[in-house]
Parts: sequence; C-alpha cells; structure tokens
Amino acid sequence: MFSVNLVILIPFIVAALLPFTYRRFKKTHLGWFVLIVPIALFVILARLIPSVASGKTYVHTYEWIPTLDFNFTTYLDGLSMIFALLITGVGSLVILYSIFYLSSKESLQHFYCYLLLFMGAMLGVVFSDNLMVLYVFWELTSVSSFLLIAFWNHRQASRFGAQKAMLITVSGGIAMLVGFIMLHTMTGSFSIREIISSMSEFSDHALFMPAMILVLLGAFTKSAQFPFHIWLPDAMEAPTPVSAYLHSATMVKAGIYLVARFTPVFGADEVWFWVVSVVGMITLFWGSFNAVRQTDLKALLAFSTISQLGLIMSLLGLGSIALQFGYSADSVLYTQATFAALFHLINHSTFKGALFMVVGILDHELGTRDVRRLGGLMTFMPFTFTVALIGSLSMAGLPPFNGFLSKEMFFAATVHIMEVDIFSLPSLGIIFPVVAWIASVFTFVYCAVIVFKAFLGNPQPEKLDKPIHEAPIGMLISPMILATLVVGIFFFPNLLGQYILQPAMSSVYPTFGEAVDLTPKVSAWHGVNPELLMTIGVIIVGAILFKFLKFWKPIYGLFSSRFTFNALYSNLLASSVSKSNTITKFYMNGLLRHYLIYIFVFFIVTVGGYLFYSRAFSFDISTNASFRVYEVCLVAIMAVAAMSMLFARSRMTATLLNGVLGYSIAIFFVIFRAPDLALTQLVVESVTTALFLLAFSHLPDWEKEKLPKGTKVVNGIISIAVGLVVVLVGLSVVDFNQFEPISSYFEDAYELAGGANIVNAILGDFRGFDTMLEVVVLFIAGLGVYSMIKLRTKKEDENIED
Amino acid sequence: METLIIMLIGILVAVATYLILSRNIIRIILGTAVFSHAVHLLILTMGDLKQGNVPLLKEADAPYADALPQALILTAIVISFAVTAFILVLAYRTYQDVGTDDLDKLRGAKDE
Amino acid sequence: MKINDVILRTISRIVVFIILTFGVYLFLSGHNTPGGGFIGGLVLASAIVLLYLSTDIETVKKSLPLDFKYVAAIGVLLATSTGFGSIVFGVPFMSQTFAYFDLPIFGKTELTTVTIFEAGVALTVVGVLVTIILSISEDGG
Repeated sequence: MFSVNLVILIPFIVAALLPFTYRRFKKTHLGWFVLIVPIALFVILARLIPSVASGKTYVHTYEWIPTLDFNFTTYLDGLSMIFALLITGVGSLVILYSIFYLSSKESLQHFYCYLLLFMGAMLGVVFSDNLMVLYVFWELTSVSSFLLIAFWNHRQASRFGAQKAMLITVSGGIAMLVGFIMLHTMTGSFSIREIISSMSEFSDHALFMPAMILVLLGAFTKSAQFPFHIWLPDAMEAPTPVSAYLHSATMVKAGIYLVARFTPVFGADEVWFWVVSVVGMITLFWGSFNAVRQTDLKALLAFSTISQLGLIMSLLGLGSIALQFGYSADSVLYTQATFAALFHLINHSTFKGALFMVVGILDHELGTRDVRRLGGLMTFMPFTFTVALIGSLSMAGLPPFNGFLSKEMFFAATVHIMEVDIFSLPSLGIIFPVVAWIASVFTFVYCAVIVFKAFLGNPQPEKLDKPIHEAPIGMLISPMILATLVVGIFFFPNLLGQYILQPAMSSVYPTFGEAVDLTPKVSAWHGVNPELLMTIGVIIVGAILFKFLKFWKPIYGLFSSRFTFNALYSNLLASSVSKSNTITKFYMNGLLRHYLIYIFVFFIVTVGGYLFYSRAFSFDISTNASFRVYEVCLVAIMAVAAMSMLFARSRMTATLLNGVLGYSIAIFFVIFRAPDLALTQLVVESVTTALFLLAFSHLPDWEKEKLPKGTKVVNGIISIAVGLVVVLVGLSVVDFNQFEPISSYFEDAYELAGGANIVNAILGDFRGFDTMLEVVVLFIAGLGVYSMIKLRTKKEDENIED
Repeated sequence: METLIIMLIGILVAVATYLILSRNIIRIILGTAVFSHAVHLLILTMGDLKQGNVPLLKEADAPYADALPQALILTAIVISFAVTAFILVLAYRTYQDVGTDDLDKLRGAKDE
Repeated sequence: MKINDVILRTISRIVVFIILTFGVYLFLSGHNTPGGGFIGGLVLASAIVLLYLSTDIETVKKSLPLDFKYVAAIGVLLATSTGFGSIVFGVPFMSQTFAYFDLPIFGKTELTTVTIFEAGVALTVVGVLVTIILSISEDGG
C-alpha cells in the first residue's frame, strides 16, 4: 500500500521544504502551514480504521539493500495504527497549541522542522517491519528529541537536558541494535513478521536471552524506565508543546511499542515476564513517589509520566503470561492486561497531554510553574481549571473519566496475576497488587497537589510577575479537545475497544485466534469487586496523606543527593570527560610528525609483524610477466626521480620530479592495457603540476631541512621499513589465487550494462554508487577551495565590536 | 615484471614516507602525491600485469585485463587530485594567515 | 593573469576548439571506447583553463558567462538525481538502464541513463576544476 510509505515521507518532505519557504510566512504564523501535515495524515490513517478493524493489514516493500536484507517494508496493523493515530492526532493538537505558545519571533522554521522530522521518524518507527530501518528511525527520534529539548539553546539547562536525553536513549538504542543483529543471526531475517513466525524454534538458542535483554534495554531507556528514567525530568527544559508531544504522548511510548511488538517474540519466556513487569512496577512506584515532592509542576508531570509509563510497561509484562498457556478460555483473562495497557496508553496521552498544555498555559500566562507561587487560580482561569481538573481526576483514576476505567483494569490484572500458579507467582504474586495500590495512592496525592495547590486556596498575586488572567482561546482549544476525549472515552469505551484496540490485540497475540475474544467489554460499573475496593482505598488513604503532606514530606530528605542515579550519571560523565582528556593530551601533542609516526609504526608492527608471525610471505618469480628493456629503463627513471626528490634543492625541482613520476605512470598504464587510466593520468598530472606552480606563488620557497641528525635517522628507518613491508606484502599477495577473481562478472558488461568499455561500465553502472559519492567528494573539495580563498574572515583588527 | 614493479612501489612508498615525515608543508603535500602514485601502481599490479587485452569488448578479444582495479584507480586518481588541490590551498592560506609553513610552529596552544 | 604572448594567444584560439571537440568526443565515446565522464570533463576543463590563460579573465567572462560553481553543483545534482530517479521506477537506488532506438540520422543508437549520469560527472569535473584554478589565480592576497 503506497499511502503508508507516503505517510512516513510527507513529514520529511515538508521538513526539508521549510527552510526554503518559511520566509513567505512573514504575516501568518508558520504553524498554520505545518498544521496541515498532521491533520492530513490523521485523516488518511483514520480512513483506514474500519478496514484495519476488520483484520486487514497493509504491507508494502521497497527494496533498499536487498543483499543485506535491508528493505523499507512498511507494515500497518492494529498496533501500529494506535501509535500512528496518536502521533498524528496529538501532533495536530500540539502544533495548534504551539501556534499560540510560541511567538513569531522565535526561530519557528527550526522548531517546526525538528518537529516534523520527529513526526516522520516516529511514524517510521511504528510502521517499519524491517528491524534495521526501525533502528534508523528510532535513533532519528532521539536526534530530533535532542534538537527540540535544546531548542532554547542559550540556556545551559536545556543543553544539559538535551545531552542527557541523547546519551541515555542513544546508548540504549545501540544496545537494541546489537539485539537486532543477534535476532538476525538467530533467525536469518530482519523482518519482524518473519521473526515472529519463526521464533518458537529458537527459544533455546544461546543468543535468545542476550538478544531479549538488549532489546529491552533499548525499550527501557526510551520509555524512561527505572533506572534510566533520569533523563525525562531534565528533558522538561524543552518548550511545553514538545514536552506534551514527545515526552508524554509519543516518543517515550516508542519503548512501549517495542515491548508490545516483541511480546510475541520473547513473551513466552519467564525472564521477559519478570523483567518487564517488575521494572514497570518499580518505575510506577518510584515515579509516583518522587512526583509528590516536586514543586515545579512540569517536573511533577515528568515524574508522573515516568510512573504512568511504568504502569503500561508492567501491564504488558503481566499480559505476556498469557503466551505461557497458549490460546485457551482461561488465558484470555490474562490478555486483558495487555488490553488495559493499550487502553491506558491512549488514555494517558489524552489526560497527560491536556495537563502538559495546562502547565504550559500557566507558564506562558503567569511566568511560573512553581506550585508554591501559584494558588487560587480557579476563579481567574475557569477554563484552564476545568481542563486541569478533568486531567488530574482522570490521572488519579476517578470516575467519570477514562483514567478510572484503565486504572480499574490495571488493578484487576494485578489481582488476577496472583491466581497464576507458575513462575513462583503464588508466593511472589502478592507484590503486584500491593505495589500497584501504593503507587496509586501517591498518584492520587500528586494529582491533588495539582488541583488544590495550584488552583484552589488563596491567590498569591504578589508572588507572580504578571497579573492573573485567563489564557487566550487559541491556547485552550487543544487541551479542551483532549479533555472532551477524556470524558468521551469514559462513556463510550467499547467504541474505542472495538475499532482501535481489538486489531492491536491480534498483533500482540497473533496465535490467539479471533481478536474479538480478546476484547473485553469495558464497563464502568461491575459490582463490588477487589478493584473497586482498591480504588476506594486509594481515595481514602490518598486524601489523608495529602491532608498531612507537610508532616511526612521530610521523608524525602532522607534520600541523600549523593547516591542518586543522577549523581551517578553526572560522575560518570565528568570522569569520562576528564579521563579521555588526560589520555588524549598524553599522545596528541600537536606535532603532525608524531601522529604520522604513530600511524606508520602501527602499520609496520601490525602488518609486518603479522606477515612475519603467520609466515605468509611467499615469493615466486616464475609467474611474472616478461619485461622488456624499455620497461626496465622506465622503472629506473622513476626510481631515480623519486630518490632525487629527497635531495631536491628547490620546490620547483621536486614538483617537476613528481611530474616525471606521474607521466611515467601514465606510460605504465598504457603498457598495462589501461587506456582510460593513461588518458586520465596524463591530464590530471598536467593539472596537478599547474596547481602546484600556481600555489607556489603564494608560498615561500622551502629551505633546506634543518633537522637534527637523530630525527633524520629515525625518519629514514621508518621510511625504509614502511617501504619494505609494502614490498613484502605486495610480493606475497601478487601470486595469491585462493579465490576466484570477481572481475569475470564485469566482462558481461555489454549484456548487463550496454557498454563495451568495461572500466566505464563499472564506474557508471556496476559501481555507480561509488562514482556518485566520488563526484560529491570532488565537489566538496572544490567548495572547500573556493570558500577558503573567497570567503575569508576579516582580520581581527578590522572587526568592529558589536 | 611484477617483482620489478613492486620493488619500484617500495621505493616510492619509502620516499613518500620520508617526505611526509618532514616539517615543511610542501614536502608533505608532495609526499602524499607520491604516495598516491605508489598506491595506484600497487592496485594495478595486484590485478596481474599484461595478462590479456585492453578491457574494451568491441576493440579486442578475450581474455581481457582485469578491469576492476582500473576502475578503482580511476576513482582514486580523481580523489587524490581533489585532495591535493584542497591541501595545497589549505597550505598557502595557512601560510598567508599565520606566516609560516613549518608544521612544528603551527601546533596549537598548549592548553587547548 | 596577464600574458601578452601573441603566439600563445593565436595558437590557443584554434587549439582550444580542438581540445573542446576532443573532450566532447571522449565524453560521448566513453561507453564503448576509452573516454567517459571523468576524462571528458578533465579535457574540457583544461581547454577552458587554457582559454583563461591565453586571454585575460575579464574577456573570457564576457564571452563565457558561466559561474563554474553552479556548473559543478548542477553536475552533482544530475549525478545524484539519476540515482534517485531509479527509485521512482521502483528499482533499487542507482540502477541504470539502457535501450536501443532507431533514430533517423544516427541509425541504431543506444540511449542509456548512464549518459545522464556521466554528464553529471563531467559537469562536476569541469566546474570544480575551473573553480579551483580560477580561485587560486584570482587570489591576489
């Protein structure tokens, strides 16, 4: 299906066009133009919902490097549909919001360029079937996230946060790449669908476990799972639309996507179950626990995002246990955890997106996000308050909002897991509902912090730089749409379940028959059961804890700042910088000669040493071609010319001697049946000599080298040794005929490429890629020469200080 | 013939290495030029010398000389020309701005 | 660059055209006989440089109003776009194709996308070479 490829391409194309077209948008905000892209993509994708819901998938392959098994295969199924709709849907709202958030004075063309880059990369991640292509897009999201976090790059904190996010997510990405390569080694395929279908044969493979752990590392770093969560709070230095989009709705969910996508691959393993669910649980608790102590609302939301991501992750872990049992009426119960995960994924994007936008409004209109300076905003900002209230209550898991439904399903899943009698769950299973419940209490507390501390209580206008006022209507549209969704999903959850979640379920459980059976009927009221009691308990205990917050808050002081993961990260970074600095300073002393000596000595030792060690040297004169007298003369001329270059008194002589070498080689090319080379060499040699002479008019003549005798001797020894090694290697290799030469293939040039000149057929056709890049190199060299000469900076004294 | 050429390549490489190790920038550039000559010859020699006809299918009959090294060398010639031109200009622009062509004097400040 | 050499100027005026023709010939014949984009471009470039050498830069600029930076850029664009062109037709990057046509005057002629690619190469070589040499020689400082 062509349109799926196009969906990935369009954001990139528009991003590439922006730098050329943004000047035309002086009058109107650039965002209005950009807004068309996600809306159009959303519409294209939304039109496919019914057919995807009926179980149809769209595959389209464009062969990229078929010999290495790299293909642009796009695959649209239920799971990628959810993410694609989130990316384009939330993307549209965020861009709409950013139009009012960012003034036209900012460098909008950069902002939207990065944002579109991200959008395209993210769509690439969820649509790619080929793991290598997925990896490329995966890292591209990290890069664009880096650029967006550092958008206000004059701020040190922005740069620090961007670097941190980049380092952590990219190292995770590299781990993931290694995992992908291991998967390829095992299964012989880079296609996720093929790997899923053949994976059952490889569960005992030695690489199975390392591959799983490495892929999970990629997912955990991206989704800010404990202990890699530390980058997300620092990433909040990004403009709020970016935080709402990348760091709560989409990019951090790429890890979730990866885990969901790989559940059919690794999910049947016990380690997968434990790692995913326990890491998720720890993250859930740690995030919510830390969110309570934050005074910056955005940091609070960051930790809450970490916590909610942990919740979704642990649900995916819990859901994977169904694969243990295979498809049966009983195991369907456990698949509901996965259903809840996907459901909460959508819900989280709605309410968290709305909350981020609310915080952005506060920041933008009042100049602060510090909860200690806010208060009593309800009466002044009624619309903002409404959105904040809906978002917070949904996050806390209260009816009538969608968070309630998925939270209930989460509790239900943790309760069900206790009943499983494998993986020593009967004894350990109790930790799941307990941790879930405790984390939810903290979640309730920080939601209360948002509502009560910021919007209720007494206004403190004296602590604010700007008068309290309602936000402009434009900024309120997007959060209001999201808030409407929050309520709407609560009342019509099954519509979402049937059209969006059900097809995704069959992507996660491809062997589980009809997806309809995997789709539970979501309802708000199902009698008094454990999960309802847990919710009631959360509300009661949460309310009490919030009431007495200031009495138990000192607990947080017990955590020394020296032993946090943040400190570990900073130390690691600082020490690696200073260590590498020391090492670099040790051998990089600024003398070119020393660097070259390193290279040459390394060459002599490794190549020469290996030749000696492996006794590979062989020498056989009998296979040599015959030679004639004039050829020997030519060799002698070249040898003499080369040697005399060392003793040349002027640079002119040396250059001409170099010319002698060049022209002699051209003659050799003629003798050795290479007419193209001879022609080229002749012309190039003339031009090179001319260039030397031209350049000499700008350079002083060389003086006799006044080097100490010792240096000269060392140079001489190294030179002779290098020459000797080359001779020995050359003599050994020239008779080497263990492999069939590949050149005979090119002798069919006339049939294959329609050219009788084999050399040119190779250049233009067989190896056209090389030639293309070579042309680019040539062009770059030309540009370099031109800019060095023409675009010189003014001398310093001519600079007028500005 | 091959042995003879390889010996020549050895001499060229030794000369080039010695030139590159010197302090004067023009010597270094000349050294790289000689180096590329040597490498071109080396690649050609590795594909066997004088075994077969010119690799032009319409002009000559099989067997043909190995065309692949020739294509590689053609690329290499152009690239080495580009590089030579670039460093030549780099050298003289440096000289114009700094006033020396001695690389030992061109090293950066100690605490960079 | 001011060289008031009458002989050079007179001869080069004729020679330049011979070299230019030779360059074009080399470029076109490269598919089946020695020649091709690189060598053709190099020869063309040296002809143009000779033109600059024999007459002064201003005169040549008047009669040959080309910015060689753009020539090089167009060449690179041409070379790379033939690569991407193949994507549009659903075949891997850089696939070249050829076919034989019966043209009125030339008879059976082979047309191939390599020629476009090679033209890109030749233009780049000409552009870069002339740019480099002109930049250096114009550099007074």
